[in-house]
Amino acid sequence: MSIAQESARRDEPYRIGLGGWGSSGFPRAEHAERSFASKRVITAFGFWIFLLSDIVMFSALFAAYAVLSGETDGGPSGTDLFRLESVALETACLLLSSFSCGVATIGARVRNNFVHYGGMGATALLGLAFLLLELRDFTDMIALGAGPARSAFLSAFFALVGCHGLHVTLGILWLLTMMAQVFTKGYRPDIMRRILCFALFWHTLDIIWVGIFTVVYLMGLAL
Amino acid sequence: MLGKLTWAAVPLDQPIPLVAGCVAFGIVGGLVVYVVVKGWAPYLWREWITSVDHKHIGVMYVFLAMVMLLRGFTDAIMMRSQQALAYRAPGYLPPEHYDQIFSAHGSLMILFVAMPFMIGLMNIVVPLQLGIRDVAFPTLNSVSFWLTATGALLINLSLIIGEFARTGWLPYPPLSELAYSPGVGVDYYLWSLQISGVGTLLTGVNFVTTILKLHAPGMTYMRMPIFCWTALGSCLLIVAAFPILTATLAMLILDRYLGFHFFTNVAGGNVMMFMNLIWAWGHPEVYILVLPAFGVFSEVVSTFSGKPLYGYRSMVAATMAICILAFMVWLHHFFTMGAGADVNAFFGVTTMIIAVPTGVKVFNWLLTMYGGRIVFKPPMMWSLGFLVTFVIGGMTGVLLAVPPADFLLHNSLFLVAHFHNVIIGGVLFGAFAGYTFWFPKAFGFRLEEGLGKAAFWCWFIGFYLAFMPLYVLGLMGMTRRMQHYDVAAWHPWLLVAAAGVVVILAGIALQIAQIVVSFRQREQLRDVTGDPWNGRSLEWSTSSPPPPFNFAVLPQIEGSDAYWETKQRALAQHVFADEPVYADIELPRNSATGVVCAFFATFLGFALIWHIWWLAAVSFLGAYATFVAFAWRDRTEYRVPAAEVARIDRENRRARRAAFAQLGAAE
Amino acid sequence: MAPDPVFLSRPKSPSLQVRSLVALAVRCAGLLGLLALTGCRLIVLDPQGLVGKGDTTILIDSIAIMLAIGVPTIVAALAFGWWFRSSNTRARRLPDFVYSGKIEMITWSIPLLTIMLLGGVAWVGSHDLDPAEPLPSNGARLDVQAVSLDWKWLFIYPDLNVASVNRLVIPAGVPVHFTLTSASVMNAFFIPQLGSMIYTMNGMATQLNLNADEPGTFLGMSSHFSGDGFADMQFKVEALPPDRFSIWIDETRKGAAATLTSQSYQDLAKQSTNVAPFAYSAVEPDFFHKIVTQALPPGPGPVNEVSPGASKRAEK
Repeated sequence: MSIAQESARRDEPYRIGLGGWGSSGFPRAEHAERSFASKRVITAFGFWIFLLSDIVMFSALFAAYAVLSGETDGGPSGTDLFRLESVALETACLLLSSFSCGVATIGARVRNNFVHYGGMGATALLGLAFLLLELRDFTDMIALGAGPARSAFLSAFFALVGCHGLHVTLGILWLLTMMAQVFTKGYRPDIMRRILCFALFWHTLDIIWVGIFTVVYLMGLAL
Repeated sequence: MLGKLTWAAVPLDQPIPLVAGCVAFGIVGGLVVYVVVKGWAPYLWREWITSVDHKHIGVMYVFLAMVMLLRGFTDAIMMRSQQALAYRAPGYLPPEHYDQIFSAHGSLMILFVAMPFMIGLMNIVVPLQLGIRDVAFPTLNSVSFWLTATGALLINLSLIIGEFARTGWLPYPPLSELAYSPGVGVDYYLWSLQISGVGTLLTGVNFVTTILKLHAPGMTYMRMPIFCWTALGSCLLIVAAFPILTATLAMLILDRYLGFHFFTNVAGGNVMMFMNLIWAWGHPEVYILVLPAFGVFSEVVSTFSGKPLYGYRSMVAATMAICILAFMVWLHHFFTMGAGADVNAFFGVTTMIIAVPTGVKVFNWLLTMYGGRIVFKPPMMWSLGFLVTFVIGGMTGVLLAVPPADFLLHNSLFLVAHFHNVIIGGVLFGAFAGYTFWFPKAFGFRLEEGLGKAAFWCWFIGFYLAFMPLYVLGLMGMTRRMQHYDVAAWHPWLLVAAAGVVVILAGIALQIAQIVVSFRQREQLRDVTGDPWNGRSLEWSTSSPPPPFNFAVLPQIEGSDAYWETKQRALAQHVFADEPVYADIELPRNSATGVVCAFFATFLGFALIWHIWWLAAVSFLGAYATFVAFAWRDRTEYRVPAAEVARIDRENRRARRAAFAQLGAAE
Repeated sequence: MAPDPVFLSRPKSPSLQVRSLVALAVRCAGLLGLLALTGCRLIVLDPQGLVGKGDTTILIDSIAIMLAIGVPTIVAALAFGWWFRSSNTRARRLPDFVYSGKIEMITWSIPLLTIMLLGGVAWVGSHDLDPAEPLPSNGARLDVQAVSLDWKWLFIYPDLNVASVNRLVIPAGVPVHFTLTSASVMNAFFIPQLGSMIYTMNGMATQLNLNADEPGTFLGMSSHFSGDGFADMQFKVEALPPDRFSIWIDETRKGAAATLTSQSYQDLAKQSTNVAPFAYSAVEPDFFHKIVTQALPPGPGPVNEVSPGASKRAEK
């Protein structure tokens, strides 16, 4: 049995849901308490629902961007402003940070401190690099007079990309908090659940970034 | 240092809000002093403020809703009286003030009365009906409540410090942009909604997880009580719709605070985009409100008809259909924006399609009554009142869904009458049916019935008196939000409407009296068995109020209407179930996270409104520190020993056995 | 005291339920009586133009269709509630009646068929009565450009080179084509007796076609809240016989009134309430176009705003 299957079995001996009980025996009385999904499943499910809601929020920002992408008010447009090299570098940082986050998760699973802390540290550094590159892009644009108050297009751009950057910032804050938690409390089950949630969050930010660089940068430069 | 906040912020030139605010805060302050002096503060802190028990959180939600109902209704009295007086006269409310009143009325009623009421009922009932001990994330539940309370507090603060928005309950730009609303009013609105919106979203996440992932053994999805299905539908809508509100309000905040151009007249801003985004949230919002009310009516009608709900499966299908269709109708709120015939017609048709599952639900309630043995206790009276009133409101809604008809009636008092018809007839009557139905469960004693029936009649008659004239006024061309008018023919109808408000006031007074009198007579009205209505679902199998752990042993479910089946068997065979094997029960610990977070959130909101940036930063850090403190807890649960569980449960079983023996003898 | 289980409750007197029905009937009669007494004119149901007539016909047809469903439903709710009350010994109790396939078909079909009918009405009506749809004409047409300001209306007659504030004069029997915009915030142009309303928005132009069949005076208003002076945005609409209309145009042109220029427009665009109707004897060319394209910038917001915490920063 694979590690995943075994841990799944350990975490949730009894499932209740669409399938009901079936004929394969009732649980003993003392296990009736645990007749529904394990805490790990519940926590992850709840966090997924939250992530879906976050994606809806980004969709609204994407929609606003789509509506306003042509409203440059005679000012600079995407083709004038976007630098693909910078975007490519940011993308690389973020994708690599997702990979290092995965490494960190595995390190936690096998209780290897070096791998875990190393992975988390790398994730933080790559995330920080992403933010600094993005900040540099923003300040360059503002210096050119292409700040968010210049036109509706720029407002939508800064809001969408900035919201993603804000999520990354909060994510790094969370990451550092998680590292402190692991350091003080070890790989307790509730800490492990939180690491799982953090990883889900971080990967979701990656997916949203893919959307951003497609819709904003690639399509913006193609116009 | 204090941003834009100066002494000029206290509206000394507007005595009405100032006095009202001082009175309100005076009462609250006086209550706090009284509580502390009487020594109840530790009890309140331990049992209520830091509680993570869904039952207590639910009661606090409902309490918040009722208090805000009083404030929102006061706004309504002022609006009706102003319009009754303002025929060729200025009335007593100048436009700057009147505009704040109707904006506050709408915002409060929808977001701080209807929402908390429904969420409160869901909190109290859903875990009990599912046969479980608490929701999936109990501390998050507490945080949600306290953030909602923060939003309510901020709106009410605008009475005495600053002003409220003057834009209507939805702040359409460009009126809500800085150029045309330079004051802090719109900012109060924006931050209050953003903060409470976070709380609501978290509730949505919490309940979706709870309903889909936590059930008593044997309870499959199709054996869940219908109220849980409608709660699920409502919370799915919350999860999908509230982020749109967050994003849209954030865009308006960016426009106002950082000079962005999402919705400004200049630099390419798009006013129409705001309409689309805000109603993409706004329409699902009304279904978020009404679906739990539908669930309440399903429970009440089936209980008081003595029959299972007719057509359970089609009710579930209709609920889920409403969820999906809720996202496909939003443009009917602005047919007159000129989108063109194809677009208007499409959304008109989708709006009518959403009337189909609603119509099916109404028919199913009628068929539940058919062949039943109906008892007219107050919850059932509210339900019958709903059936009559909501059908009228639904009819006028379908009327307004026809674009050419809407071209004549959009934004008129006909529209105002329609949405009050469905919100009062649907959501509010549902809230009242719900709290009269589940009050004994939550508090352990019943509500005095005579006052309840009188309150119902006052509300019912008052509603028709207050709102039927508005349909007529809409057909006479009167538009909404008018601070004064010159058309003589409108005046008498506005007088009738004002009279209706007085009758509703009597209804509210009777409801308050009912609670006070019932509390005084609580020993005579004690609910000994936990099943005062001969209920059908699991919550009636617990004592009233239920113990903190809800069920001593999680019930084994073998069918729908789980409790009813068990009860019928017990009665038929004159046999009471054997005593179960008791085990220790672990429950989540209380946590001050919610209230402390809300404390910082209040300061954060206030600081952002008044541009006190250092205070905003400090408050944000405080909120973050609270979150970290919560994350650092080592002990998250406490244990109730088996002996204690046994003692509590045996008391309940004794009371039930006695009651059943009596019933058995009567038969 | 022993609890009072619901199914052992004492039989209730039927008078309460009968009383509720009677009460309802009395209320309805009362309201109808009130209606008759005030002799009110439901002006929306008394249209005076082609568009209004089309809209109202659809409204009344839709009311009839919905009443056909709604009234039986309400009657059934009251009837079932009364007949199946627990004290009625004659009622047949069906405690296991929870599903019937045949009835399911009906409960789903009734709403479905109704909305199919109404949906058809909505589809056809939306296309026939689209505000931008021109009205049939025997050649005569009038163009009017309407601008909503804070808090008054400006009506420009581009082909006739006059303009009017808070008073709209049109020839009876002639289709009028409106192009509308706003100087500042969103409003809605509405003449209840002539037909459809349409939003006005700054930087954009909306279209509306209306006519008045016969001469008369009608109420005009803004039907979208636009700020503190909103209640003053009412205007008189006068439909004159075509010859009288030409006379009015001539008189306005010859009058000593001001002309509509960028300067006088800027003064007009400042926030004011209770503006008495007046006219401009001439209009600068392409004036409306300048407003729509924002060559003439949007009207200013409140000046000397005394509300607490008012920001000093104007919109850039």
